[in-house]
Amino acid sequence: MTAVAEAPSKIGEVPSFTVTLRVLRHLPADDGELAERWDEFQVQAHGTDRVLDALHQVKWEQDGSLTFRRSCAHGVCGSDAMRINGRNRLACKTLLKDLDPSKPITVEPIKGLPVIKDLVVDMEPFFASYREIMPFLITTGNEPTRERLQSAEQRERFDDTTKCILCAACTSSCPVFWTDGQYFGPAAIVNAHRFIFDSRDEGGAQRLEILNDKEGVWRCRTTFNCTEACPRGIQVTKAIQEVKRAMITRAF
Amino acid sequence: MQTHQYDVVIVGAGGAGMRAALESSTRVRTAVISKLYPTRSHTGAAQGGMCAALANVEEDNWEWHTFDTVKGGDYLVDQDAAEVMAKEAIDAVLDLEKMGLPFNRTPEGKIDQRRFGGHTRNHGEAAVRRSCYAADRTGHMILQTLYQQCVKNEVEFYNEFYVLDLLVDHDLAAGHVPEGEEVNVSGVVAYELATGEIHVFQAKSVVIATGGAGKIFKTTSNAHTLTGDGMALAYRRGIPLEDMEFFQFHPTGLAGLGILLSEAARGEGGILRNADGERFMERYAPTIKDLAPRDIVARSMANEVREGRGAGPNKDYVLLDLTHLEPAHIDAKLPDITEFARTYLGIEPYTEPVPVYPTAHYAMGGIPTNIEGEVLRNSNDVIRGLYAAGEVACVSVHGSNRLGTNSLLDINVFGKRAGISAAHYAVGASFVDLPESPAVDVVAELEQIRVRPDGERVADLRKALQETMDANAQVFRTRESLQQALADIKALHKRFRAVSVQDKSKTFNTDLLEAVELGFLLDIAETVVVGALNRDESRGGHFREDFPKRDDENYMRHTMAYRRPLPAKGGRQWQSGADGDHDGAFAYTEVFDDYQLVLGSKPVTVTRYQPMERKY
Repeated sequence: MTAVAEAPSKIGEVPSFTVTLRVLRHLPADDGELAERWDEFQVQAHGTDRVLDALHQVKWEQDGSLTFRRSCAHGVCGSDAMRINGRNRLACKTLLKDLDPSKPITVEPIKGLPVIKDLVVDMEPFFASYREIMPFLITTGNEPTRERLQSAEQRERFDDTTKCILCAACTSSCPVFWTDGQYFGPAAIVNAHRFIFDSRDEGGAQRLEILNDKEGVWRCRTTFNCTEACPRGIQVTKAIQEVKRAMITRAF
Repeated sequence: MQTHQYDVVIVGAGGAGMRAALESSTRVRTAVISKLYPTRSHTGAAQGGMCAALANVEEDNWEWHTFDTVKGGDYLVDQDAAEVMAKEAIDAVLDLEKMGLPFNRTPEGKIDQRRFGGHTRNHGEAAVRRSCYAADRTGHMILQTLYQQCVKNEVEFYNEFYVLDLLVDHDLAAGHVPEGEEVNVSGVVAYELATGEIHVFQAKSVVIATGGAGKIFKTTSNAHTLTGDGMALAYRRGIPLEDMEFFQFHPTGLAGLGILLSEAARGEGGILRNADGERFMERYAPTIKDLAPRDIVARSMANEVREGRGAGPNKDYVLLDLTHLEPAHIDAKLPDITEFARTYLGIEPYTEPVPVYPTAHYAMGGIPTNIEGEVLRNSNDVIRGLYAAGEVACVSVHGSNRLGTNSLLDINVFGKRAGISAAHYAVGASFVDLPESPAVDVVAELEQIRVRPDGERVADLRKALQETMDANAQVFRTRESLQQALADIKALHKRFRAVSVQDKSKTFNTDLLEAVELGFLLDIAETVVVGALNRDESRGGHFREDFPKRDDENYMRHTMAYRRPLPAKGGRQWQSGADGDHDGAFAYTEVFDDYQLVLGSKPVTVTRYQPMERKY
């Protein structure tokens, strides 16, 4: 299928084009097993349309059984991470026109987590790893009356990792995570980093102990898939390296 | 079917729900039921900040904040509630900081503050720096921080569970319950998305915190999932909805898409310009210009476009100009929204102005509560054990127009209050008996939709609803436009009875749930339009071109919308003096096929500030 850009008939009209979506379906059969197959859909798209718009068009006009998660539709809620043309991205942040719409666009669920249906995976194992690294501020002593003080530089130290939306695009792009799903994964480490390098936090040593586990940071092979996959632009691999370094030097 | 028993059940896991859960779960056995994973909630999309008179960077106090909130709401604010919110704002911000929220900092290391629309020094003299913020992702940080605390406190969640019904011992939509008579909540019925299984939760207290209903409109900053579920569930049980005609249109949605660009852009110095490059807000609000409240800015923008001064090839938007700001400043303070402009419109905000147009953003109205979060069933009586907080509720701290940042404040202050109230009530209360077969009716309705072989498509009806709401009930309204919207909604209600879905499975059937959500949207839209039709005045977010002035004599009261049975079905003819103050300008009844929507009113609480003309 080739994309045909129609000439705008009047000024200001956005040109429309046809794209083909190839979606890896996982449909629950009567025996409870999932039947896997590829389905192709053709949709009419406009210049500002995202992959999510195309999926909605299929669901709302062609096949209501096509199932995926979504909510905010502008890249902040983290619901719609999926594998688009072989790369993990958010469907709501990926514009069709940026994907070479002359070729079919493939859409698959993210890898390494059990599929429930179509593009929906079971997120529980992902959140379980997140919970294990104690993702909350740990302090000792008396609470101050006003706010705890923190300089702009101290705040900047962990700014990058506060942006995480827990979409699992990084973790499910990691070949180490794919092998057996036991590795904590980049997202959990990113969230550990967010607290380890927060000047107000006193739980760094505990978190490093947790991540020193055989399924912890040392399984990272620095392939940078996670950094490439992050829809928030977090330097994920760098954050993992900083946690590794903190583990050796105990300086954070 | 599974049955569960908890002291407190909280419906919704956004900011208000999780803030309530943090209070309730440390006191009594608590469950949080959410149709999304908590971190997907739309609190996370809030950007600009949360106001509190910390006075960290300049002189400020809670009384100025209260005044701004009352004036911003065009005097329809309950002033006792606004005062509570402004006072407790300070601790609400400090609580979040102590939970670990990474606020931006001043050079001394304190929480930094910036300007925001309608927030002023000394009753309107000039803009004041009151908004506490974390870049332009304050809502994201609040949502993450509250979730982190819920993980720490091991709060019990039921994720991806849709609540289908609210259980009460008197169905107020089915017959008359005299004023003063006791009405109790007993629990909720929920649907597990993954399996299609029904769960009945029996609870001593229920807190509704399901957020807004922006999806009644086509152009909206709201998530696909903001379908007014909690409001509609209450309304279907005859609990009134308050001030539903007041919907906020945020001035700066990305043109054509509705994606939100924070008011912080203007707080940091951004300027709105028309096609001629003119800073048109100087004409509409000479003192605070681009930082006037949202209703005024949105109307001014729509007016510029209407009068032919819009920008772009179709002259259908205005421009948000950030080009005079330092790129480094933009990166530090507004990183996300500038990325939205790049990603979705291909615009570089360093060098090009961004096309913007108003987008449906926030429901000022909702389920009426008092300042303890207790749900009211008329002007005086509470429903025992039932609470609401956040956008789903109407306290009313926002009146007819909410000030920017006051929603993040609302969810923290009143989420906390509702959580404490719900837990306290549960400690002293016993379980109320569930109705016999509590899930039978809703399950039957759901099954009908699921198995119906063919019929109306959900997407078609939803699109028709959203289009009529955008065309007829948006920034500018008239009696004629609203009557058109009402006729369309009634026709859609009829078509909805024949709705069918293609997905017939019980596993993760989002097709079916979109049909359920459409039913909620239709119910909410009817309350918005009927309220707007009856309010023959212009106030805050509700602007009637045929009645462009505020009319305090007749309309300085809250609208209450009650669903009641038709007289032919055991209901009664409504008359003056009936419960809900169904008289004066609010003696209005709209008949639908299966029920009547009866309006009433509730007095506005005025403490310190008498209504004045609203100028900025």
